[in-house]
Amino acid sequence: MLIVENIEVFYGDAQALDGVSLQIEEGAIVAIVGANGAGKTSLIRTIAGMLSAARGRILYRGTDITRWPSHRVCDLGIGQVAEGRQVFPTLSVAENLAMGAMLPRARHSREQNFEKVYAMFPVLMERRHQAAGTLSGGEQQMLAIGRCLMGAPDMILFDEPSLGLAPAIVQSVLRCVRDLNRDGLTCVLVEQNVAVSLKLASHAYVLENGRITIAGSGETLLADDRVRKAYLGL
Amino acid sequence: MPTDIYLNVAVSGVLTGLVYGLMALGLSVIFGVVRVVNFAHGEMTTVAMYLAVVLFATLGLDPLLMMLPIAGVLFVFGYAMQRWLINPFISRPEHSQFILLVAVAIILANGLLIVFGPDARSVQTSYAFDSFMIGPLIVDATKTFAGAAAIAVAAALFAFFRFTRLGTAIRACADNYTGAQVVGLNVPRLYALTFGLGAACVGAAGAMLALITDVTPPLGPSFTLLAFVIVIVGGLGSMPGALAGGILIGVVAAMAGLFYTPSAKGMFVFAILVLVLLFRPQGIFGRRA
Repeated sequence: MLIVENIEVFYGDAQALDGVSLQIEEGAIVAIVGANGAGKTSLIRTIAGMLSAARGRILYRGTDITRWPSHRVCDLGIGQVAEGRQVFPTLSVAENLAMGAMLPRARHSREQNFEKVYAMFPVLMERRHQAAGTLSGGEQQMLAIGRCLMGAPDMILFDEPSLGLAPAIVQSVLRCVRDLNRDGLTCVLVEQNVAVSLKLASHAYVLENGRITIAGSGETLLADDRVRKAYLGL
Repeated sequence: MPTDIYLNVAVSGVLTGLVYGLMALGLSVIFGVVRVVNFAHGEMTTVAMYLAVVLFATLGLDPLLMMLPIAGVLFVFGYAMQRWLINPFISRPEHSQFILLVAVAIILANGLLIVFGPDARSVQTSYAFDSFMIGPLIVDATKTFAGAAAIAVAAALFAFFRFTRLGTAIRACADNYTGAQVVGLNVPRLYALTFGLGAACVGAAGAMLALITDVTPPLGPSFTLLAFVIVIVGGLGSMPGALAGGILIGVVAAMAGLFYTPSAKGMFVFAILVLVLLFRPQGIFGRRA
């Protein structure tokens, strides 16, 4: 569904990604794990069109989307739940959700998607007139996921969806990722919660210093000594 | 002096101030969303004034009727300018943007000078000397129309931002740039739309200013400065603040002219600016950062 070929990304002189290649199959949950600063967010943002690759190619369902602007990438059906949630703090919950449905692909299904999101997260329905900035961290994460679903994506890039949340809420966010996948959405999951994300994932990549160092099924990586030592503390 | 005259001058100051407030509103909207300071704001105002003057002189079209068409022309100009000139500068340092917009200002001012020469132009309508009597109050008809139109345009803009999806999308860009990219809003296009709307405020205000004052090509920088003062006094990024700041500055200027001397208006206007910066730096309607 998505093929990333040898991409290199720079911030000024600093290289964030150094020849990263990966492949994401339709219907999969693919985990990308790695330490802080390994390039996980750069990878997500490059796929999403918010950063521009200096070299390499990104193909989505056969279309070359390398260096496409983010609004065109989104309209192809690649949604993003970004690091830090990135809600619009002064807009109401309902307005935030409506912004997710501004994409041409999502306009005709706006009303159904509103119902779907409110059914999935009833708390957003209760707080629909409240400014998003006044929500708790967990509620903001639900809003970020709901807003992404309003864009009717076929694939969602999750960037650290559990960062800074209470353990009970982390569970429900990850369960939500699993449920969305069962409903047919392809998910890319960047998580610092390595054990849980590898258990969820059908396939996983380890990113270190801007390169993929280990790749394999989630189970294989969970059993891999290097992964166990470096990321699971075993 | 009879007391009526104070009231008359104050009302006149309020009405003129509303028109200046509308011009400043354009600056505030552009800065609030695009985070670019439009140093060509005053020159765009003079361009709109000349449009009103030319339409009146050649076709006899009343500036009050031409207000919306002129706003439309300025919208297109502002949209194009943001889309093709400023957007490539968005991620560059502020001084590059400053030089770019000062260049635009210089080109506009000198373009006007080439076309119209240095003489002052004005519009003389049939109702230029009409006035309404309300009890002891004598209100200038032109300024009444202009002030009412300024309120109407500002209210329409406010409603657009508040109640339409496109307006909400522009507020979303101002709220969280990264978030706007994440949901796939077309940020460059929304920025162009915002600059166009700010320029349209300038167009409407310029058409009305042509009724109130004479226009010469080098008038631009003083309008830009006035818009700055109004926006800072009213509160940067606040829409009601820009109108309130315009009213305050309009009244202060009118009173300064009455009590002291018209040539000292600027001194009192800047005194207000200094007082606001000292005692309420976020402006009257501004929120603390």
